[in-house]
Amino acid sequence: MTVLFEEGREFHERRPLGMLARVLERLHLDGPLLAGLLALCAFGMFILYSASGQDEALVLRQTVRLCAGFVALLLIAQLPPSLLRAWSPWIFLVGVVLLALVLELGHIGKGAQRWLDLGVVRFQPSEIMKLAVPMMAAWYLHSRPLPPRFTHLVVLGTIAVVPAAMVAVQPDLGTALLIGSAGIITIFIAGIQLRWIVGIAVLAGSLAPVLWFEMHGYQRDRVLTFLDPQRDPLGAGYHIIQSTIAIGSGGVFGKGWLNGSQAQLDFLPEPDTDFIFAVLGEELGLMGALTLLVIYAFIVMRGLYIASQAQDTYSRLLAGCLSLTFFVYVFVNTGMVTGLLPVVGVPLPLVSYGGTSMVTILAGFGMLMSVHTHRKLLAA
Amino acid sequence: MPLRLSIKDHWQEQRLFGRRAISAAVLVLIALSLVAGRLVLLQVVNHEHYQDLSHGNRVRIEPLPPTRGLIFDRNGRLLAENLPTFDLEITPEAVPNLTATLTQLGLLMEITPDDRARFDKALRTHRRFDSLPIKLHLSEEEVARFAVLRQQFPGVDIHARLARHYPGLGSAVHAIGYVGQLSEDDLERLDRAAYAGTVLTGKIGIELAYEQLLHGGPGYRQVLVDAQGRALDVLEKTPPVPGHDLLLTLDSDVQRAAEKALDGLRGSVVAIDPRDGGVIALVSTPTFDPNPFSQGLSPREFAALNTDPKKPMINRALRGAYPPGSTVKPIMALAGLEYNIVLPEQTRYCRGYFTLPGSSHRYRDFKREGHGAMNMHQAIEQSCDVYFYQVALELGIERMHDFMASFGFGEQTGIDIPGERSGLNPSPAWKQKAFRNAADRVWFPGETLITGIGQGFLLATPLQLADAAATLASRGKRFRPHLVAAVRDPVTGELRAHEPERLPDVQVSDPAMWDGVLAGMEAVVSGDRGTARKIGLDAPYRIAGKTGTAQVFTIGQDEKYKAEETPEELRDHAWFIAFAPAEAPQLAVAVLVENGGFGSRSAAPVARQVFDAYFESERMRLAKKAGEPSSGSAR
Repeated sequence: MTVLFEEGREFHERRPLGMLARVLERLHLDGPLLAGLLALCAFGMFILYSASGQDEALVLRQTVRLCAGFVALLLIAQLPPSLLRAWSPWIFLVGVVLLALVLELGHIGKGAQRWLDLGVVRFQPSEIMKLAVPMMAAWYLHSRPLPPRFTHLVVLGTIAVVPAAMVAVQPDLGTALLIGSAGIITIFIAGIQLRWIVGIAVLAGSLAPVLWFEMHGYQRDRVLTFLDPQRDPLGAGYHIIQSTIAIGSGGVFGKGWLNGSQAQLDFLPEPDTDFIFAVLGEELGLMGALTLLVIYAFIVMRGLYIASQAQDTYSRLLAGCLSLTFFVYVFVNTGMVTGLLPVVGVPLPLVSYGGTSMVTILAGFGMLMSVHTHRKLLAA
Repeated sequence: MPLRLSIKDHWQEQRLFGRRAISAAVLVLIALSLVAGRLVLLQVVNHEHYQDLSHGNRVRIEPLPPTRGLIFDRNGRLLAENLPTFDLEITPEAVPNLTATLTQLGLLMEITPDDRARFDKALRTHRRFDSLPIKLHLSEEEVARFAVLRQQFPGVDIHARLARHYPGLGSAVHAIGYVGQLSEDDLERLDRAAYAGTVLTGKIGIELAYEQLLHGGPGYRQVLVDAQGRALDVLEKTPPVPGHDLLLTLDSDVQRAAEKALDGLRGSVVAIDPRDGGVIALVSTPTFDPNPFSQGLSPREFAALNTDPKKPMINRALRGAYPPGSTVKPIMALAGLEYNIVLPEQTRYCRGYFTLPGSSHRYRDFKREGHGAMNMHQAIEQSCDVYFYQVALELGIERMHDFMASFGFGEQTGIDIPGERSGLNPSPAWKQKAFRNAADRVWFPGETLITGIGQGFLLATPLQLADAAATLASRGKRFRPHLVAAVRDPVTGELRAHEPERLPDVQVSDPAMWDGVLAGMEAVVSGDRGTARKIGLDAPYRIAGKTGTAQVFTIGQDEKYKAEETPEELRDHAWFIAFAPAEAPQLAVAVLVENGGFGSRSAAPVARQVFDAYFESERMRLAKKAGEPSSGSAR
């Protein structure tokens, strides 16, 4: 017995994982979630190298951003959720002001006013709103009993709809959709009754025609093209046709890394950003695409687990909302690229080449880590 | 209940949230399996379909147009060739400042508003990396001027291509034809795949008739392209098969001599070798230069050609149908002999006109005072109308029609270029069908009379008359007229001759009948009273011929036709048919001069020049042939 105990203790002390666990604990990081994110980023870099046409400089820039993102994650993870909660209204307010600024004097980027030039850095205030809206919604509901009452729902709706509308007129339909969905997700996980969900769905349905007339020409085009990609095979439908060809021609095992003709010969539009999933599907086939989906599923599930283990309303709602908005990203992008959903400019999170959204997403995961690692273990 | 509304129940909230988290997880899994299912559908179920699409996407097949076959005359001289021509082209994406570049180019060479309009149109319909022509057919000077300053014009370059060129300019254009821009109409009848890279196609003449042989087979290259269609790499190349070369029966010296003789006139010459039906010359004047057609004729230039009152675009040799006039008289005489109506020495009296029994209408002879007593020989020599009125009356329209038909009248000769008209060989049966009005359907005896001297409904093309002259020359042996003598495979160099096609002979019961008729024709040129005696005076060979005058409009019963008082377009057409040497004919010729008056005056001298050119050419060919063996042994 003694021998066994001694051996066991020795074993425990020598286990590298045990050491790692202590390090992670001290850094306020959640091991499984971090592992999932690192796996995702590594896989993403691997695809990006091919999708960018083996552009090493581009991959390097992406690496720098990822590092910046992980630094943000690490820093935010150190902040206790109570502090995040306290800052929430202010962050939200600053975000709305910046959005208004962008609308007023925003620079033209990709034919849309999205960027704010702060001298050294240019960034999109809409990215802040991706975090600010869930924080604000969670902050608002934290002190109120759940499930929320009707007046609370109206306030929640305003918190989501105002920034979403400001982003939509930039126009950036993709980000607006994500911000809006953050509001809906918060309402859903806050425990709203089923009848309210049905009511909101009906309301949204009746607003659809109004929305249609408010849309920009290219946005309408996207919807029409989604319904029939062949409508304009050389114009708006081109994206969907080419990406389905890329994915379909990949087959089960793919054409091999760096060997996707669709991607490498520029048939595929935006192969390193919005349509990178098609590159993966073409070069690594069904196996590669499913692997990526499994990694995403793991991250989302871990996020939901963290949310369910959270100890206060703010933490729960924030963690749940961030996890699910992350999934909305994944679903909207993969759905678009595979032709399930209309073309909306949403990048594949942590895989697509792209600036601020990476940092934002990883900062969001930093909040999840904070929620998980600042629990008072006494309660358990 | 009120308690729960006012005070937060943490346990209750956590249970509620737990349930929501689980349903969210379920929704996530459902959504993910939707995507996964979609992936399976694309990558497993429809994989092959998308694989095909992807393959088609990556490799573009670009056609390589073949080089068009060359056309030579019977002496091996080029009639149609392919010459490099230089265009100035601009690749918009490579030009830093298009407007400035165009302005600078304008200083270097003339860029017309037409050029600009074409370029601007191309700019809108092409991709930025396509090379677009700004100016076609640079002169050598312009090429040189640009070459010196090329460094100053990034994205601007000179492109060479092969363009069809006809060194004879307008010579023999109606026989050779020309190529023009491939149109949608052309593609209707052509194999689109074979013409994928071709821009020019035969429009008329040999170029059209032998399009398939001349065109050759297209080659292909498989090009790796990106989504914009930009060629990245050539994967595979199948070279095109050049078109076959054609060797014509045409003799460009004879052709030119005939064109020169008809210079300034509207008319036609067709010269046929009666021994095999080979067409030595096929002239329709005025001619026109076909080269602009292959270079792209501007609508203005085309309209000018098309509305020219002299109608240069009309191939008079094949499409001009005129009354043959007296040129049919030898054939009528032969028919008379065959049907025992004419005895060579029996005379008929000509008093200047002929009346049908029971009618006072006078069918006039062109010689008002009359020819007097005429036997067959004299009637042909002096072209007596009254003699042939009588022959025609006795033959009757049916027999005349059938005999004329055996010479090919009223039917296409079947020459190997398209567009031929069949003329008209009238008969009562034809008249029944041709007219709607019952009164017009009746065949009148007077119509038989005038058919006997080649007037009335009878119509023939110069080609048909040359064919008939060749038939007379060969004493009834008929060959289908043709322009192509041989086809040469450009790869193997193998020469494949086109065998002359023999047609049914003109049969007469006694071959001696030909002698009398042909002697009469010889007397036309060499007799004391021959209508074309002027051209035979100093000829070193014997010519047999027959003049003809085709009435354009009918003069009144008591009027006298005066050429000088008649507007030019209403004057008679002049005909002459002939063959030489009379004793062993090598060339049969038909000459038509529109509104040329008497055949003897304007048409016959043309024939003489054609014969002279032909025998000169023959002499050269013999000399060359004699020289060939020695030069062959020297090698």
